[in-house]
Amino acid sequence: MIYREAGQFRTTYAADQRIFPILQDRVGMVLLLAVAFVVVPTFASDYALTALLVPMLVLALAALGLNILTGYAGQFSLGTAAFMSVGAFAAYNLQLRLPWIPLLVTFVLAGLIAAGVGMVFGLPSLRIKGFYLAVATLAAQFFVDWLFTKVGWFSNYSSSGAITAQPMVIAGISMETPVRRYLLVLSIVSLLALVVKNLSRTRSGRSWMAVRDMDVAAEVIGIPILRTKLLAFGLSSFYCGVAGALWAFAYLGTVEPQAFDLQRSFQILFMVIIGGLGTVMGAFLGAAFITLFPLFLNWLFHAVVRGGEVRAGLLSQLELVCFGALIIVFLIVEPHGFARLWQITKEKLRLWPFPH
Amino acid sequence: MRTKKRWWWVGAVSALALVLAAPARAEGEQFIPVPSYRVGPYAAGGTSLYGGLIDYMNLINMRDGGINGVKLTWEECETEYKPDRGVECYERLKAKGPTGAAMFNFYSTGIAYALISKVAQDKIPLVTIAHGRTDAADGRYFPYVFPLITNYWSQNTDIVKYIGQREGGVAKLKGKKIVHLHHGSAYGKEPNVIFQKQAEKYGYEAKIIEVPAPGSEQQAQWLEIREFKPDWVIVTGWGVMNPAALKSAARVGFPMDHVVGNFWTGSEEDVEPVGAAAKGYISAAINPPGKDFKVIQEIERVVYGAGKGNMVEKKRVGSIYYNRGVLTGIVAVEAIKVAQGKFGKKPLTGEQIRWGLENLNLDPARIAGIGATGFIQPLKVSCADHEGGGAVKFQQWDGTKWKVISDWIQPDKEMVRPMIEESASKYAKENNITQRDCTKEST
Amino acid sequence: MAFFIEVLVGGLLAGVMYSLVALGFVLIFKASGVFNFAQGAMVLTAATTYAGLIDMGWSGWAAFLAALAVMIGFALLTERLVLRPLVNQPQISLFMATIGLTFVLEGASQAVWGSVVRGLDLGIPDTPLEVKGVLISKFDLVASGTAGALVILLASFFQWTRTGRALRAVADDHQAALSVGIPLERIWALVWAAAGAVALVTGLLWGSRLGVQFALTQIALKALPVLILGGFTSIAGAIVGGLMVGASEKVAEVYLGPIIGGGIENWFPYALALLFLLVRPDGLFGEKRIERV
Repeated sequence: MIYREAGQFRTTYAADQRIFPILQDRVGMVLLLAVAFVVVPTFASDYALTALLVPMLVLALAALGLNILTGYAGQFSLGTAAFMSVGAFAAYNLQLRLPWIPLLVTFVLAGLIAAGVGMVFGLPSLRIKGFYLAVATLAAQFFVDWLFTKVGWFSNYSSSGAITAQPMVIAGISMETPVRRYLLVLSIVSLLALVVKNLSRTRSGRSWMAVRDMDVAAEVIGIPILRTKLLAFGLSSFYCGVAGALWAFAYLGTVEPQAFDLQRSFQILFMVIIGGLGTVMGAFLGAAFITLFPLFLNWLFHAVVRGGEVRAGLLSQLELVCFGALIIVFLIVEPHGFARLWQITKEKLRLWPFPH
Repeated sequence: MRTKKRWWWVGAVSALALVLAAPARAEGEQFIPVPSYRVGPYAAGGTSLYGGLIDYMNLINMRDGGINGVKLTWEECETEYKPDRGVECYERLKAKGPTGAAMFNFYSTGIAYALISKVAQDKIPLVTIAHGRTDAADGRYFPYVFPLITNYWSQNTDIVKYIGQREGGVAKLKGKKIVHLHHGSAYGKEPNVIFQKQAEKYGYEAKIIEVPAPGSEQQAQWLEIREFKPDWVIVTGWGVMNPAALKSAARVGFPMDHVVGNFWTGSEEDVEPVGAAAKGYISAAINPPGKDFKVIQEIERVVYGAGKGNMVEKKRVGSIYYNRGVLTGIVAVEAIKVAQGKFGKKPLTGEQIRWGLENLNLDPARIAGIGATGFIQPLKVSCADHEGGGAVKFQQWDGTKWKVISDWIQPDKEMVRPMIEESASKYAKENNITQRDCTKEST
Repeated sequence: MAFFIEVLVGGLLAGVMYSLVALGFVLIFKASGVFNFAQGAMVLTAATTYAGLIDMGWSGWAAFLAALAVMIGFALLTERLVLRPLVNQPQISLFMATIGLTFVLEGASQAVWGSVVRGLDLGIPDTPLEVKGVLISKFDLVASGTAGALVILLASFFQWTRTGRALRAVADDHQAALSVGIPLERIWALVWAAAGAVALVTGLLWGSRLGVQFALTQIALKALPVLILGGFTSIAGAIVGGLMVGASEKVAEVYLGPIIGGGIENWFPYALALLFLLVRPDGLFGEKRIERV
């Protein structure tokens, strides 16, 4: 009843091609942004901002990157964490050696360096497909890991190889409080999410989807495969690079090559799959689920079973079992991820209160 | 209709959980967070480490009624040994209890690194016993970080000194060949620089071999070692690398009593899978194993006697990691006692406990009073020196248990301290940290 | 020269251990088209069950049979609860489901048996044999013998029995296989049970090397370059790939490592596999995919 398009006529092409053609969608989006930018920082605790929202947003950005590669272009990649690592180390080195570059420009440059590396490692995709490509991208993962541990120049010859990220300062204002960090990360992530959403509606986006669906056919109709795939790899790595830089600077405050290990790549892949391949919403929902749900379980178990009566180790293991079982249940209920569930909800909303 | 009912249930459960989660505010208690890792590849060690800590805290509560009447309370949080979970646990637990968290013991270098600047802002001490950022031993730049007992550099000098002892004096090291086999991570790489410096000083031929993480396959490395024919091999390992190293050593026929591991490479979990082949293996230890110490016996009597012991596998009581957990508890409790001496016998804030840690002076008399003679080395922490000790004991595996074969071996402070100060001031310059003036700070 | 042979032989034998792990992946991928991420967790569960029962005093054979029963039970449950509802879903959803299985297995096995590290003594001494100046480990020889036997068994099963043909049909196309009357559920249960048995053998061999502990799940990673080289669907490829990966890894570490800086063992097999893939994109022995528009 509420979510109806009746009476909304689009009279220009521009109006028709909007991201949110329906008025209720636009209102919803504005409300969401208002809540995210204004309400949350005002009312949320430091804990929620620093430990829950910032990591979720940063990983959502990485998931957006992987989504471009795997969701839109159909190239299965497991090297996401490697590109994040490149971004983080690049940002650190840029700040270290060229401190006069403004912080935001540093992030962009770090992303571009990661994009370059991504394109190099994306070259095999011209020949290799599917799970084989995924395992081949693991080469990127391990190689980058090894490179940063081995070559001291990247970590400024620190004896342990772990480096502390410099404090963030934009235009003279320090960004180190939880609220400012949150807003910084939120702004960057929303902007880049908008870019991705629009990109998917352009010619490049359609080429990617063509390549994903059947690349032989795409080549036949004249889509330049080399350029398309490399662009996907490059753009995806750009996003992952920026995410890595944010992870180091805005969240952990330190960069160890082990923070971007294979587990991280898998984690981001899970987010994209569970959230829904090929959707922007899916990246966010998946990130929220994978980062926040284990914490929710941990907190729930501790709240319900108090007093330390049950072995703490057993609780942690049970959380893991719960998490795994839930993943399976969600996949059975909706193999296309949360985004599809949301889509179905919207469709049902359009009919509500009528059943069909 | 069905959907409505389902949502009702979700709402009811959440409300219930929220209500139950409302923390029972206990007045008059000192809160100590327990950020444990009981899941994942290091769970075996983590369970023992934090089990020991919790048992010691229970002992203090049950036997002594707390520290001068102030009972200890704690909450566990699973970090899975991951930096992001560690940061989340830190944020979750830092403000709990009437006065906030007393101190944090993560037993993970990665998590420690992530929190070094945060703890200074939040004014909660971060205790990193035998791990963490080595140059934080220079307390002038790291007021809130305490890498107590010993660090990777000190203990490397301890090991070389011990090897020297076995050879008949450090002068006899000249011309010998020593290999440093290390885990391919930041942790493993740390001792390399001081290992090579000692090679210059003592004249032994040093070779550094890296084992890529996680280190379950080491055949190539040990074949290299066999080719090199060293006199000694020092192992800086962690997790699955340890049993793999010992097994590989046995397979290439390297004599086990010339393999010396560091204090994270010498626990029962590391040698038991290797079986009889590990007999003779030596490792460093910041705390000896076994139950011949009054403090461990007291724990068994009071805590396990009342059925409140934390360890499910009771035979793990007295193991290396368990005792290390008890050691952690001893340090924490003694620091709080010192702080209470100045600030009063009540729950204290992190800032006050930091003062307690910095003025911790565990002399042999006090150690005997706790019942930990031979269990913990004498510690003297100061504003400039946040390490406080630096010595390790050496133990040997006889096939069924560890036997201590040396007394406390002191580190080469003349070599280590200048390196620490240099590294710490470099960090301070990069991050705009001003040096504390230790002479000005009153006790 | 003797040293080179030593490194090479050691590498080949290590490679056989990798191919054991890869076998489990190949079995399941061959028959159901699912990349079973949970293989590592299956190895852990099988080994932990065995070691836990031995700890409780059971005899070797009883523990082995019990662990085998547990793996078969797990296979049946998985088929019923996870695979059947997800029939014909995209490959990636099935992959994700196996990840969920990984968490469940890891949590369950550690919850039931605890996270204690257990040693595993299979009665095979790990002392070196000296053959013409070259050190060979007795344990490795036994392991390669076992792996070889398993491979021959499985390969002949797939090639010559009716069930084996049915398995290959299922791998080709689920719906087509269903339509000619092949009982999909039973085939899947059978194949997962077989993979479980392979996981048990793998777990025993690796567990006696490293101790039965959580790190056993990471052994699965070692199998991935083997799979790329050998092809996801070939049993013989698993062995050949394993040998190549093992040998090249060790030789590179010893001879190339000191030049580049050591510790290259982790990424070298992947780089090698990548090079091979550029020439043969489906692995050395994998089935050539023919794509039609």
